[in-house]
Amino acid sequence: MCQTSYKSKINCKIIKNVHLVDQVYEMVLDCPSIAMEASAGQFVNLYCHHKGRLLPRPISICEIDREQGRIHLVYAILGDGTAEFASYVEGEQIEVLGPFGNGFKFAPDYEEDVLIIGGGVGTPPLVQLAKELKGKKTIVVGFRSNPYLIERLEKYGKVFVTTDDGSTGFKGHVVALLEEKGLLGNIYACGPTPMLKGVKAYANKNNLKAQLSLEERMGCGFGGCVGCVTKVVAETELGYVYKKVCKDGPVFDAKEVVF
Amino acid sequence: MNLGINIAGVELKNPIMTASGTFGSGREYEPYVDMNKIGCVVVKGVANVPWMGNPAPRIVETYGGMINAVGLQNPGVEVFIEEDIPFLRQFDTKIAVNLAGRTIEEYVAVASRLATADVDFLELNISCPNIKEGGVAFGIDANMAMKVTEAVKKVAKQPLIVKLSPNVTDITEIARAVEAGGADAVSLINTLIGSRIDIHKRQFILSTKHGGLSGPAIKPVAIRMVYQVASTIGLPIIGMGGIMTGEDAIEFMMAGATGIAVGTANLLDPCATMKILDEMLIFMQNKGIENINDIVGIVN
Repeated sequence: MCQTSYKSKINCKIIKNVHLVDQVYEMVLDCPSIAMEASAGQFVNLYCHHKGRLLPRPISICEIDREQGRIHLVYAILGDGTAEFASYVEGEQIEVLGPFGNGFKFAPDYEEDVLIIGGGVGTPPLVQLAKELKGKKTIVVGFRSNPYLIERLEKYGKVFVTTDDGSTGFKGHVVALLEEKGLLGNIYACGPTPMLKGVKAYANKNNLKAQLSLEERMGCGFGGCVGCVTKVVAETELGYVYKKVCKDGPVFDAKEVVF
Repeated sequence: MNLGINIAGVELKNPIMTASGTFGSGREYEPYVDMNKIGCVVVKGVANVPWMGNPAPRIVETYGGMINAVGLQNPGVEVFIEEDIPFLRQFDTKIAVNLAGRTIEEYVAVASRLATADVDFLELNISCPNIKEGGVAFGIDANMAMKVTEAVKKVAKQPLIVKLSPNVTDITEIARAVEAGGADAVSLINTLIGSRIDIHKRQFILSTKHGGLSGPAIKPVAIRMVYQVASTIGLPIIGMGGIMTGEDAIEFMMAGATGIAVGTANLLDPCATMKILDEMLIFMQNKGIENINDIVGIVN
């Protein structure tokens, strides 16, 4: 065992693990030490009970409840590991390590107008962010079909929803809606790479500051394996170097990300 | 109980080492691990100049293992000397530097640069499956393995470990060749070449198509190879390949390894080395083993 002065995995009790919509679930964990340390935009490693599934699954933190010492994780079934998580029941234990990564950067008294942009499973970490940011918040979130977390986001700002099939809100992707409404503000975004690429272009065109939370296949989650890299602008022959999404990110300044 | 071992004249406080590329230069593990309890930190591959590494995706899980295609991304030997050696020297542990190269000249260049550096071992990596040229090419041909070992040994000021590839017809042939080339020790096994396909997208998951398979899935192959090499050459062996527990480590030592390296387990649990050390001690206690060296190669 690691000595008490060293960090290690924590066995956390599952307070709640419920289905939200389609393949999306919410897990609430009792983990006071992680709740105390965590900030918006960070993630935790969840470990499967199944011995053949070795790697942790990095899951972004949707909400931090520091008072009750809990974190809320909203995750989609994307493979066998997340499918296993969905089968866990209330009261079960799960091994957790974290929080990890550099979350969104903002001063506690930050009051400028902000534009919060999410796509699909990139939406969850934006709930905690919306909760913590002050000032006028405009929130744009896009989904393939069925949206989720909308009611929670509506507590913190004006929410625009887009869907690919047009079943709810604006038909099309989030950047198309940004263009149509001419929305402006400092951008905080999390979502699939094509969306982030569009958001970066939109920010550039309108001269907006933007922070992007990236996603990549991870190994360890804490910088040990150098598996989850992204291209970041650098003065090298190729104009970029590879940085670790887990440790140097997952949130990067849009200006430094090379898509 | 005595856990101390000796590899090529260097005393390690215990047989626990870290497998190159799974422990960085230790920094990421400092919050989790008492570095003073590790026999030797084997750092991530270092080349004479910075290497970019491969594009993402670089990692994919497999049943009981994982495949990586990192491609030896590293900031180069100068950064290593300036930043990583002073960091590691804060702790009471030995340092082995894994040498990356594409040509004999590149291997010689990095070994020469380290001649005056404060490190305890050099580990010649002629078995990385994730770079296009060099690397593994030296590890799968006995003649080339001997040549590169000889060339690096000539300039090396520290004991030279040569890391062997399992992706060969007969690993003992390569082991004999590096022994003849002047190696002071061998480490094995590096990863097995493997691949995974995304059947929905009908494409390989890794950017390089294939990568190095590691983790508990490969342990039986590693045990067999350590035993074969131990039965063939006289050099000390550092055994690795899927060590997850103290019992796994003991199994490698019984197969003929003097030192053992923890690799993939570090990525699955940053505290792995500490747990494995504790479990080894418990095993020794339960079995009344006074000196860990007494079990090395005992299966023979």
